[in-house]
Amino acid sequence: MTNLTDLTIAEARDGLAAKRFTARELTAAHVAAVEAVRPLNAFITETPELALAQAESSDARLLRGEARPLEGLPLAIKDLFCTKEVLTTAASHILDGFKPPYESTVTQNLWDAGAVMLGKLNLDEFAMGSSTTTSFYGPTESPWRRDGDNRALVPGGSSGGSAAAVAARAALGATGTDTGGSIRQPASFVGIVGLKPTYGRCSRWGTIAFASSLDQAGPMTRSVRDAAIMLKAMAGHDPKDSTSAPQAVPDFEAALSGDIRGLKIGIPKEYRVDGMKREIEALWQRGIDWIKDAGAEPVEISLPMTKYALATYYIIAPAEASSNLARYDGVRFGLRVPGKTLDEMYELTRAEGFGAEVQRRILIGTYVLSAGYYDAYYLKAQRVRTLIARDFAEAYKQVECILTPTTPSTAFAIGEKSDDPIAMYLNDVFTVPVNLAGLPGISVPAGLGEDGLPLGLQVIGRAFDEATILRVAGVIERAAGFTARPQFLAGRS
Amino acid sequence: MSLIEGRTGEWEVVIGLEVHAQIISNAKLFSGAATAFGAEPNTQVSPVDAGFPGMLPVINRRCVEQAVKTGLGLAARINLHSVFDRKNYFYADLPQGYQISQYLTPVVGKGSIILDMPDGSAREIGITRLHLEQDAGKSLHDQQATSTYVDLNRSGVGLMEIVSEPDMRTAEEAGAYLRKLRSILRYLGTCDGNMEEGSMRCDVNVSVRKPGAPLGTRCEIKNVNSVRFVMLAIDYEARRQVEVLEDGGEIRQETRLFDSGRGTTRPMRSKENAHDYRYFPDPDLLPLILDPAWVEGIKRTLPELPDAKKSRFVRDYGLSVEDAGVLVAEQESADYFEAVARGRDAKLAANWVMGDLFGALNRLGRRIEDSPVSAAGLGEMIDLIADGTLSGRLAKDVFAGMVETGASPAAIVEERGLRQVTDTGEIETAIDAVLAANGDKVAEYRSGKDKLFGFFVGQVMKATQGKANPATLNEILRNKLAG
Repeated sequence: MTNLTDLTIAEARDGLAAKRFTARELTAAHVAAVEAVRPLNAFITETPELALAQAESSDARLLRGEARPLEGLPLAIKDLFCTKEVLTTAASHILDGFKPPYESTVTQNLWDAGAVMLGKLNLDEFAMGSSTTTSFYGPTESPWRRDGDNRALVPGGSSGGSAAAVAARAALGATGTDTGGSIRQPASFVGIVGLKPTYGRCSRWGTIAFASSLDQAGPMTRSVRDAAIMLKAMAGHDPKDSTSAPQAVPDFEAALSGDIRGLKIGIPKEYRVDGMKREIEALWQRGIDWIKDAGAEPVEISLPMTKYALATYYIIAPAEASSNLARYDGVRFGLRVPGKTLDEMYELTRAEGFGAEVQRRILIGTYVLSAGYYDAYYLKAQRVRTLIARDFAEAYKQVECILTPTTPSTAFAIGEKSDDPIAMYLNDVFTVPVNLAGLPGISVPAGLGEDGLPLGLQVIGRAFDEATILRVAGVIERAAGFTARPQFLAGRS
Repeated sequence: MSLIEGRTGEWEVVIGLEVHAQIISNAKLFSGAATAFGAEPNTQVSPVDAGFPGMLPVINRRCVEQAVKTGLGLAARINLHSVFDRKNYFYADLPQGYQISQYLTPVVGKGSIILDMPDGSAREIGITRLHLEQDAGKSLHDQQATSTYVDLNRSGVGLMEIVSEPDMRTAEEAGAYLRKLRSILRYLGTCDGNMEEGSMRCDVNVSVRKPGAPLGTRCEIKNVNSVRFVMLAIDYEARRQVEVLEDGGEIRQETRLFDSGRGTTRPMRSKENAHDYRYFPDPDLLPLILDPAWVEGIKRTLPELPDAKKSRFVRDYGLSVEDAGVLVAEQESADYFEAVARGRDAKLAANWVMGDLFGALNRLGRRIEDSPVSAAGLGEMIDLIADGTLSGRLAKDVFAGMVETGASPAAIVEERGLRQVTDTGEIETAIDAVLAANGDKVAEYRSGKDKLFGFFVGQVMKATQGKANPATLNEILRNKLAG
């Protein structure tokens, strides 16, 4: 039998349908893989019993010919999604022991589609970070190593547990969330596909909020087709989320025609940032060549506000976070450190419950919303955000999607940037504008850097046009022929 | 305008009111949880109201409709585009760590309320705005010595904050404003106006100034929970401010609490740190966009409001402005009156409703909805007066019987034999008997002592047990005495 953990979602789905193996066998192989990747610290909570029980019922459905789109496919869930009666932490000490009495809409959609849950994945605390080193549960390691260098690397973040688990073949796919690049950057770092859908495509209900106007759930998979399959199941209008879009969800998999002839694809000149590594530049050029070979037309475009995106993001996201995280006060759930007064309890609980990065962002956010600073920071940032969105709207008069690098570099070592928040924030320079404009973006593995680590290309689309970027990503995926594997693979090392 | 006399001359009091009116709706403003008053603590709470992770607010259409209806009832501008903001502060009964409110762009803009003052004058008080916001939970500090309990039943309940312009100048005006606002809200069915249960709460802004001077620094008096207390608080606070200023002091802008036991106000917290609420648009909610046709639809469902009803009562029923004002203050009284007055002598109906009926209800401590005398019953009784079955005097007895037993007037007339005697023969016989028994008085009357007429009437009434038709009695008696 083929190695079941090496399959893509599409292959596993077809294998189950053809009865080449059972859901229980597929799940058991992945449960073992989850155990095998423990050294990576990708999971905060493993749920093998639940997974096997779900697999049994999937087998029964398969037998009855009632298979749903993700029937029996083992996935893992970023621990930012609330899962009913299963510990949900946001990788924060402050949510100690929190077992939600409800299931997030996105995960519920997955279970309703027949998927199996392997466990809850590590992340940067409250999804704040680009390295998965700010977790209360310790950093997640990338399954990759640099050529000739055995130092542990970050898997990117904040969906680093998701990235590591999928790359190391411990799950067929995983959910991520992306506020400023938290799906695409880790996908790029570990050589998998990561899709951030249009804001409003996936419900935010039951997903722990970081920055409400930017957060968006999406799939992280080992192929573009898998991303299409998984997104279809995750997405959909949800009346419980006022910002969820009442848009029909197309059959994304059917959109993967491989035909991009005549498509105009924008190449934004402002993304050639100062000091950009030559290998990134070269990778980007290869991408341009691939789409040209496939019959698409690269068009140079201008997104002049790009240089303000990072600063804008680091005002808006912390502002919203400072308010969203006010509810973690020790009163109703999670950690409580007793104090002599209510104020003292707040102070002690939040000082102990939140890590340094979360505290930093709460402070920044509180500051930019304060009387006397609001206009200069928050309000101005909102105006710039509008201009950034207008940049894209202008560009989309000329082109149908946009091609850029996903990250300015390959993965870095754990601890390498942790004392320099600005350098860390720079990781998001290519991904953040997409969140600010609410657009869909996908990172697809395109090659290896000089250090032997994966690099991704990003395709940005029009709002609610995930179909086009999936199609373009599919073409890049085939052209790139990315077959490199991480050094650490479940059941292989 | 009435002024306060101080040592240094006259002072003008400037008053503005912020009323928090709980919206009548089955569910909360942003969650599906129920809103009934008096439920067991923490039984009407959804994870949204408890601020659980990942929970999101969804606006309750019914609450928006109620706010728009109220705005229309206050002749106010309806803002078709409004925004929900977060007001951030920490407190144990504020689960999210912020209150969802409307800061810069409320759903309702400027409007006005007309006050009818007791001296017959009318005052127009400006409404600055009405916005939607969620209520907080309740901290219970008295359950246990060392801890505070939190009840989240109220958390997330929809409120309308209705802010007036600083247009009021006396405690009486403030009282009239609150009563009129409450009346309008009840007519509209958007708030029950119950200040004791806290479904209508009031913060009072008071400042004083020399007439013609710019506005003085104001103090805000929090949560004063009856109209009477509002008036007491204003009187006390105005005098306090005048005293401070006349002693050469300064008014600090502060929040004060009304002490209903002492009738005084005092600063709320000694270390009242200046709150910075860090308002910003709630990213979980889209701007509230109203369809003009929807607003028009609500407008068409508006009931007749007190002012319009009052004018109609004056016009159609010939009532005095004062009487009409009393009858329309509560919709139930107005409806009751109209049911009685329809097709009858309206002034007589008004007199019975405002006189005997209100008197009886007051005595019994009952509301007009629970009146022992139905409008139909009172109407029948007035019919009996009109057709001569009852005299005014007999009617009082019948009414008393109706209050007591709830029986129909016809039944009481039958049972107690209270039918008016209009048979001239019977009355004549009674008169003859009285005149015969009082020959000396008859002589006195005939020699010019006209005042004795009343004595004869009284004697005849006594003889007929009050049932003689007064008009007939008068006529025959006069003739006989003249004879």
